[in-house]
Amino acid sequence: MSRLVISGASILNRAPADIVVAGDRIVEVGKPGSADTSGARVIDADGLIALPGFVDLHTHLREPGREDAETVETGTRAAALGGFTCVHAMANTEPVADTAGVVEQVWRLGKEAGWCEVRPVGAVTVGLSGTHMAELGAMAASAAQVRLFSDDGKCVDDAVIMRRALEYVKAFDGAIAQHAQEPRLTEGAQMNEGVLSGTLGLRGWPAVAEEAIIARDVLLTQHVNSRLHVCHVSTAGSVELIRWAKSKGINVTAEVTPHHLLLTDELARSYDPHFKVNPPLRTTEDVLALREGLADGTIDAVATDHAPHPSEDKECEWSAAAFGMLGLETALSVVIESMVNTGLLDWAGVADRMSVRPAAIGRVKDQGGLLEPGQPAHVTLVDESVSWTVRPEELASRSRNTPYRERVLPGRVVHTIFNGKPTVIDGRTERVH
Amino acid sequence: MNSPRVRTVFEAEDIDRVLTRISHEIIERAKGAENLVLLGIQSRGVPLARRIGSRISKFEGIDVPVGALDITMYRDDLRLRPARALEATALPDVGIDGRTVVLVDDVLFSGRTVRAALDALNELGRPRVVRLAVLVDRGHRELPIRADYVGKNLPTSLKEAVRVKLTEIDGEDAVTLSSVPDSPRGGPGPAGDAA
Amino acid sequence: MNKHLLSAGDLSRNDALLVLDTAAQLAQVADRPVKKLPTLRGRTVVNLFFEDSTRTRISFEAAAKRLSADVINFSAKGSSVSKGESLKDTALTLEAMGADAVVVRHGSSGAPHRLANSGWIGGSVINAGDGTHEHPTQALLDAFTLREKLAGGEGDLAGKKVTIVGDVLHSRVARSNVLLLSTLGADVTLVAPPTLLPVGVETWPCKVSYDLDPVVPDSDAVMMLRVQLERMTDSYFPTAREYSRRYGLDNHRMSMLREESIVMHPGPMNRGMEITADVADSRRSVIVEQVANGVSVRMAVLYLLLGGYSPAQAEAEQTVEGS
Repeated sequence: MSRLVISGASILNRAPADIVVAGDRIVEVGKPGSADTSGARVIDADGLIALPGFVDLHTHLREPGREDAETVETGTRAAALGGFTCVHAMANTEPVADTAGVVEQVWRLGKEAGWCEVRPVGAVTVGLSGTHMAELGAMAASAAQVRLFSDDGKCVDDAVIMRRALEYVKAFDGAIAQHAQEPRLTEGAQMNEGVLSGTLGLRGWPAVAEEAIIARDVLLTQHVNSRLHVCHVSTAGSVELIRWAKSKGINVTAEVTPHHLLLTDELARSYDPHFKVNPPLRTTEDVLALREGLADGTIDAVATDHAPHPSEDKECEWSAAAFGMLGLETALSVVIESMVNTGLLDWAGVADRMSVRPAAIGRVKDQGGLLEPGQPAHVTLVDESVSWTVRPEELASRSRNTPYRERVLPGRVVHTIFNGKPTVIDGRTERVH
Repeated sequence: MNSPRVRTVFEAEDIDRVLTRISHEIIERAKGAENLVLLGIQSRGVPLARRIGSRISKFEGIDVPVGALDITMYRDDLRLRPARALEATALPDVGIDGRTVVLVDDVLFSGRTVRAALDALNELGRPRVVRLAVLVDRGHRELPIRADYVGKNLPTSLKEAVRVKLTEIDGEDAVTLSSVPDSPRGGPGPAGDAA
Repeated sequence: MNKHLLSAGDLSRNDALLVLDTAAQLAQVADRPVKKLPTLRGRTVVNLFFEDSTRTRISFEAAAKRLSADVINFSAKGSSVSKGESLKDTALTLEAMGADAVVVRHGSSGAPHRLANSGWIGGSVINAGDGTHEHPTQALLDAFTLREKLAGGEGDLAGKKVTIVGDVLHSRVARSNVLLLSTLGADVTLVAPPTLLPVGVETWPCKVSYDLDPVVPDSDAVMMLRVQLERMTDSYFPTAREYSRRYGLDNHRMSMLREESIVMHPGPMNRGMEITADVADSRRSVIVEQVANGVSVRMAVLYLLLGGYSPAQAEAEQTVEGS
């Protein structure tokens, strides 16, 4: 069995330790220098912080259908570079991941690529049409073991369909991950509705369009006693609603994207579509409420909503551009800037929101374990002392639509270990097969 | 940079005297004032034209029409400076067709302003004859242009700046010569006497 | 002045006055036998229209031609590529043709910003109306008209009361006018049903009223905005009849105006909707003068943006200074 020794890493930023990995498991955690390195590959992790491998609840890998934007191979490689050992592949592909066949295909492509675990998210309704429930049971029972279902990109706005889906997934411990966007209130919407949208002449996207759906869905979830996950929460009001729902014991979880923790609608002043995203960037007040919600646990997870688009969908006028931003390779740095450097979250907190809780929400068995003997060896090693400049052309994603172009961000993923094997060493991907 | 040495070469009374002389010369050459139109080139040509006009009116007992011409849009050095504000172009009601038009300017230098003024005139009407009156001719012509009426020929070097001050604009009458060169070929310097 | 004219908000009071003063001088050219100045000879102005607007295009074309610029009309509407890349590709084409200025009309708010800031083209960009954002030259010509009629043709508009009525939410004319007229010292009041006012209008430099009648008697000028009938189908207001009754300018309301007050409309008018034919054709109406003033104001803008340093020269000199 192959042996790997990660020497001198500070687990969750505590005292340095040696982590010994045999096969795909952590077998020993001890004092620095205590590990037997004979016959082992040694990764010098002195001064680095060791975290459980990150789990992303919200990734658009675009395959099948839009391989010009991303593939499972390129997307999961980007994920590994960002410190992820598991990603949830969203269902809005072409064809839509609404059958066991498509989700198994994506799952298999993920296995073949080998950069991280790929957990497909199944569509709630056939073709994301919002009208007929997809074969959720078949997807759950497939090799892909789907537990999260989402029409992401579109809202399951029909209250009856939403109710039925919430009820139906109880049979296999699933959850509905809702893209909360009231469609009529957001027809043609381009950016957060506020003073700025009025000034810029861009059709507004009111906070209430998100909050109204969340309010309805938490009540439905309570009524049918099921499990709801709210995708990319973006407003202060949404945080309030989720906080209230949790206080009532409703089984709801929520995620926030890195960009909603850092960027505001002011960026739309440039009319640069790299800042066009769904849900839209909101106000400073919203950003602060989201940070607070993530810090106090109201929001459970950071999820990237990594949304690659080819350059022609961004190098155009705002209203013609596609919604979405890259996120996998910058997620940790943005979390450090917005949450760690602001004192809102410690490293145990980062591990909890980027690994432990998302794994639990996705019902991913072998992810999100703390770095203890017997746990699967998914380890992300972070250097928090460095900063780096984001250069779109240097990203591993097939697309270039990062909103952080030329921005200096703190902290970098140095090494990523997936299933006991290094996928990233010194910030570069290692071929794993 | 050295602080410029400024020397007054023409006092108020000198200006007064030569304008009177030029007025007489214009009348003499035109054989009266009936058909005359004076057009001052913006900026300092305009008060000069008015002064000459009032003198001729007094001497001859008839009103001489006086107008103003802004030649900015006809300059050949526009691209060398930021775009400038325009000043008024105001032709007398009688127009200029068939008239003897005397262009009036403060300083004759390269001749380019006068060239621009002739272009402008060409599009405003068809004078019978066009003449040129200037307060100071400082030489250094770049075009085949000469003045018909000159207040003072002032030999200068290209390293010197000629500045005309007029009460209507500057609060006093004087012509000065200083050691700071004009930026004659259109550099971003004072526009007044770069012509 | 900046290199581009994208928003009326880019103009300082001095910039705005410079444009208006220059336009006042250039207006005389229209009365001359030769309606032409040589100023922009050898410069190329491209009218890039992604939306039909014959009147705005013709106005810019006349302005550019009176300044002797070469004018290329490029109508991109209905071309084979309907979205996205076409803006970039079109821009690159224009750049290859050596456009010194691009006058752009686009249905998407911010498209001129994209052209100006993307690095695709080097020339000046003039916004000739973008989506529901702005139409700065329309505001300049309105300001020019107001100044001629109410302020003796010079100075600013301090204390003049201008009322803008109608579909403010979708109006680029209203946005640009609020910015420019307030810069020039006017008291602007927007009048519209609450559904046709943008979120955040209370932060704009103007007053807001839901009722027209109390505002009319105190107005020096009333500017009526075009109201499109599709707003009715989208439930912004119940019926055309109700809209006209509450927000239209008819003879009765016009009679409440002071003797010297004027009526404006950026055109094209919906006679019978926001303005009755009687009012549009009355002696108070300055709608035809607005059109004439449009040419002078656009000449001024073209001259001030293109008449001086060429952008390339300015950049070259900046490089020298910086080294």
